[in-house]
Amino acid sequence: MAIEVRIPTILRTLTDGSKAVEGKGGTLDELFSDLDARHPGLRARLVEGGKLRRFVNVYLNDEDVRFLGGLETEVSDGDNVTILPAVAGG
Amino acid sequence: MLTIERALVDKIVAHARADHPDEACGVVAGPAGSDRPARFVAMTNAERSPTFYRFDSMEQLRVWREMDDRDEEPVVIYHSHTATEAYPSRTDVSYASEPNAHYVLVSTRDAEDVEFRSYRIVDGVVTEEEVTVVESDSAEGRQATESH
Repeated sequence: MAIEVRIPTILRTLTDGSKAVEGKGGTLDELFSDLDARHPGLRARLVEGGKLRRFVNVYLNDEDVRFLGGLETEVSDGDNVTILPAVAGG
Repeated sequence: MLTIERALVDKIVAHARADHPDEACGVVAGPAGSDRPARFVAMTNAERSPTFYRFDSMEQLRVWREMDDRDEEPVVIYHSHTATEAYPSRTDVSYASEPNAHYVLVSTRDAEDVEFRSYRIVDGVVTEEEVTVVESDSAEGRQATESH
């Protein structure tokens, strides 16, 4: 078992086109570091200055992790993580 | 070039007018790879602001998943400018994250004459494109009636 992470179109250049990848870790922070080892550059697109980037939405089992614990949110095998770039502008 | 049915243009403009002076936003989904907008989805502007918009994150997840399930993609991503022209702002460009989408901008600064324009925004580069409005997009054929 692992944690499934769904990747948005704009980041699939970092996952060889894969829509979903698998990783492991006890927190989102660890999960993103684990993914970055196989998909270099992915973490930097999600994390900046030790925090989740403001215009990236990350969901754990359909909950926005901003309302959970941000990068410190605990994750475990079997969880589903979805990444979506925020749609925003001025 | 963006080809879009008049009924969809009317819905986008009506949404922009209804939310004025706040910015309105939403998507028009279409079959993946078709480049044809078909299903209008008005989104909530979580910022409720005259100068900024952001899709509500939970609503976005629901709508994006629905598109995935139906094998659709966001063919059009639209929002309104309520005091300036229908041209992507610096923030629009920096947050543009769907390289395959047509970014539609509507300006409601002139209540009588709403501007409707479309752009590609890829890697920070804005390219305006022609908009062709068709009366209907039925299988029998399309009648191009107007170009902007």
